[in-house]
Amino acid sequence: MSPAETLTVALTVNGEAVTRDIPARLSLADFLREELRLTGTHLGCEHGVCGACTVLLDGEPVRGCLMLAVQARGRAVTTVEGLAATDGTLTPLQAAFQKHHALQCGFCTPGMLMTATALLAETPHPTADEVRDAISGNICRCTGYVQIVEAVLDAAGTAP
Amino acid sequence: MNAPFTGQPLIRAEDIAHLTGRARFVDDIRPEGCLHAVIARSPFAHARLLGVNTASVEGLPGVVGVITAADFAELPAEIPIRLAPLAGFETFLQRPMAADRVRFVGEAVAVIVATSRFAAEDAAERLEVAYEPLDPVVTYDAARAGASLLFPAAGTNIATRYTAGMGDADAAFARADLVIERHMTAHRHTALPLETRGLIAHQEADGILRCWGSTKVTQWNRRALAVMLGRPEHSMDLIEVDVGGGFGAKGEFYPEDFLIPFAALRFGAPVKWIEDRREHLLTTNHSREMEATVAMAFARDGTMLGVRARISADMGAYVRTNGGVVPAKAAQFVAGPYRIRDIALEVEALLTNKTPVGTLRGPGRYEAHFFRERLIDLAAGQLGLDPAEIRRRNLLRPTDMPWSIGKLVPYEPASSIDSSDVPAAFDAALDALGYDALRDEVRKPRPDGRLHGIGLACFVESSGAGPSETARVELREDGGLRLISGVSTQGQGHKTVLAQVAGDVFGGAVPMDAIELRNGTASLIEGGFGTYHSRAVVVGGSAIHLAGQTLRAKLLRAAAARLQLRAEDLTLREGGLWREGGTQPIASMAELHAWMREAGEAPDATETFRPEGRTYTCGAHAAHVAVDTETGQVEVLRYVATEDVGKAINPLLIHGQAIGAAVQGIGATFLDELVYDADGQLLTGSLADYLVATATCFPNIETITLENAPSTLNPLGAKGAGEGGVVACAAAIANAIADALKPLGVEINHLPLGPDRLLRLIPETPA
Ligand code: FES
Ligand code: FES
Repeated sequence: MSPAETLTVALTVNGEAVTRDIPARLSLADFLREELRLTGTHLGCEHGVCGACTVLLDGEPVRGCLMLAVQARGRAVTTVEGLAATDGTLTPLQAAFQKHHALQCGFCTPGMLMTATALLAETPHPTADEVRDAISGNICRCTGYVQIVEAVLDAAGTAP
Repeated sequence: MNAPFTGQPLIRAEDIAHLTGRARFVDDIRPEGCLHAVIARSPFAHARLLGVNTASVEGLPGVVGVITAADFAELPAEIPIRLAPLAGFETFLQRPMAADRVRFVGEAVAVIVATSRFAAEDAAERLEVAYEPLDPVVTYDAARAGASLLFPAAGTNIATRYTAGMGDADAAFARADLVIERHMTAHRHTALPLETRGLIAHQEADGILRCWGSTKVTQWNRRALAVMLGRPEHSMDLIEVDVGGGFGAKGEFYPEDFLIPFAALRFGAPVKWIEDRREHLLTTNHSREMEATVAMAFARDGTMLGVRARISADMGAYVRTNGGVVPAKAAQFVAGPYRIRDIALEVEALLTNKTPVGTLRGPGRYEAHFFRERLIDLAAGQLGLDPAEIRRRNLLRPTDMPWSIGKLVPYEPASSIDSSDVPAAFDAALDALGYDALRDEVRKPRPDGRLHGIGLACFVESSGAGPSETARVELREDGGLRLISGVSTQGQGHKTVLAQVAGDVFGGAVPMDAIELRNGTASLIEGGFGTYHSRAVVVGGSAIHLAGQTLRAKLLRAAAARLQLRAEDLTLREGGLWREGGTQPIASMAELHAWMREAGEAPDATETFRPEGRTYTCGAHAAHVAVDTETGQVEVLRYVATEDVGKAINPLLIHGQAIGAAVQGIGATFLDELVYDADGQLLTGSLADYLVATATCFPNIETITLENAPSTLNPLGAKGAGEGGVVACAAAIANAIADALKPLGVEINHLPLGPDRLLRLIPETPA
């Protein structure tokens, strides 16, 4: 199979069915950004370290830069654009990020939100250490993480 | 919320777009018909460039064209120095692309433009470039010796040397009871914003060449680009969109800031270039690498008598836009916030075959405070003084203000610390740490077998550079305000902070959510000098304050004329225009706008703020660490950083700056390191090798914002608030580790302090 070979993928993105013919070598992150113009998913390293590209695949956080779009065939992908309600109401986690000033430049924010969303789905009342562990694969260069941890705990209703 | 807005921890208006994935970073923009550029880069640190065979890629699928240095050999495309020009630097400037010699791994040798990034990357792999390797220069000594020269015509690798001083250091050292001198080094690392650099350039149908992705100093960059391309400034614009962090590195004029616009003009289409992370580590400014021999003279009672420092900075392969900021500021700040009047400095900037150096949050200060604060602890040990006590005896006091720090920088006038209460900031850090109790506690044997230590460090740092900043404030037809400023934003939250400043001028007559900020883009307003040296709020905010005051006065005058009242009897506050002592507003802000229109008056004002001098931020850091002598692992058990910012306009955001800066600085002290081998190859070219702080590394950071010493140099009383958190990190951590390891006779003179380094210092204990 040549890298430029085109394949058809059908998957669900933020609840909507999507079908596209795409190059086999297209990453899931590039697919979301370039094909679907969902540019909230960011690329900070393209080698699986920074976590900026984190999206949910059937609810599990994955690195969009490390996965090929074709590997997401038949799966459900959730991106940062799929978090808030259609009327714009933020999730408690998004609202807590704003309240606690858990973002500065905002470049890591979508990946952080996706990782923390998955954490809270799995562990609704995490401890601070559990939050830190969960987001330890997401680099933030601005905040020093302290306010991110506070925001996640607040969203979970756990006292910091 | 009600005015005054200043001082309130307001949440940020800018967050919603980021939280919902609707922010617009440069890579999110995709113009119709966009071409993609990939830059072919030198794999050698030092080599003759014999030729680039453009035919080797021309005609490959998707390739539109290739640009080499020969294509713009006629243009005056040397990248100029923006800051800190020092004698001799003119010889060592960088052109956007290597022509006959490459001087660091990653230097551009060709730009490949194709219809997709894939096509451009594929072609770059097949581009034939011929090199003849030369001896790489990678150490201070090799640079000085000059057996191999980066610029043979210059005859030296020493870009500059100067001496500076104040008082009489010789006399001070002659009367000293104790002199402590050490050779010390700070390590090369980089800012590493999470978003890499990127640019899109396009000459649109109106003939204007527009570049998206510019930041920091867009007006200066536009001037530089105008000279380099040989076209008028007004025929181009540099546009700032959302920027994913900067910390000093992003937004300087880099080779790509010429190459991508040049490619767009050449191919008559939009051209996009997004730096990948390896490119970022290889080509975006590095910083901090320097060696220093520093000596301090003390009297028996611990009085600091004088400082001598010989500082050599490794500048990498070229002198870039930041000129000599890094070594010059390290030298200037080596005396710190202490009552030292006798100083002698020797500074040297060396060229090596590594990535060029620029500023990084707290440039030179991080290094200088590390050097000095280590020596103070060594002196305290020898004099039998507590580390807190020796500092307290020497700190600048409020009564010393303004404190002259002389003319220690060749390209700057003499300067003075404007105002500050360092002892209060120091005590605040000690109190928060519970220093007195902890002092005894750390000496007791610990159940975990680790050695504990406390490290203290005091700092001063300058902010709010001139020359000036111009701002316009406009009253919108709906009664809202539009603020127009030339400062840039890389995530700091200026939309919110500057709206707070403006909102207060109007007494809350305009609610926060009706104040918009337009800033960053070069064409918005003349007289914008950008965002660096913590100047956006200090200088840019002051300009907004002045413009707001002028507009307010204008509105009151116009209203008074219309109402046949005296302007002094009118005021603006929540609700709009009020008569002093009135029970309800006379007019809304929207009505005021309509009145201005009817009177034929422009509802806006423009003002320029010119600071008389720089503001100085002071503070202290205190760390409690535990060192595992078996593994070399250090745990930061507590870290307290205090900073007197003069006036905290938004405490929530300042807290964010302080914590973020501290984690960046502590992380840099342990983790971040750009390692080169003897051939000048970068060994840490990915995020798997170049390590930065993650969420589990430093959970125990506390910061305290103080407002004891408002600046006397601007109407806001504000001082820089973004860099104090970083500048004393190496100092405090190194002192804490040295304190812990004192029983083993270990001294800490070199950064970084990762486990591998510490294990080399820790003597093997008999099993
Ligand atoms: S971009 Fe995917 S992990 Fe960094
Ligand atoms: S907010 Fe800038 S990287 Fe996290």
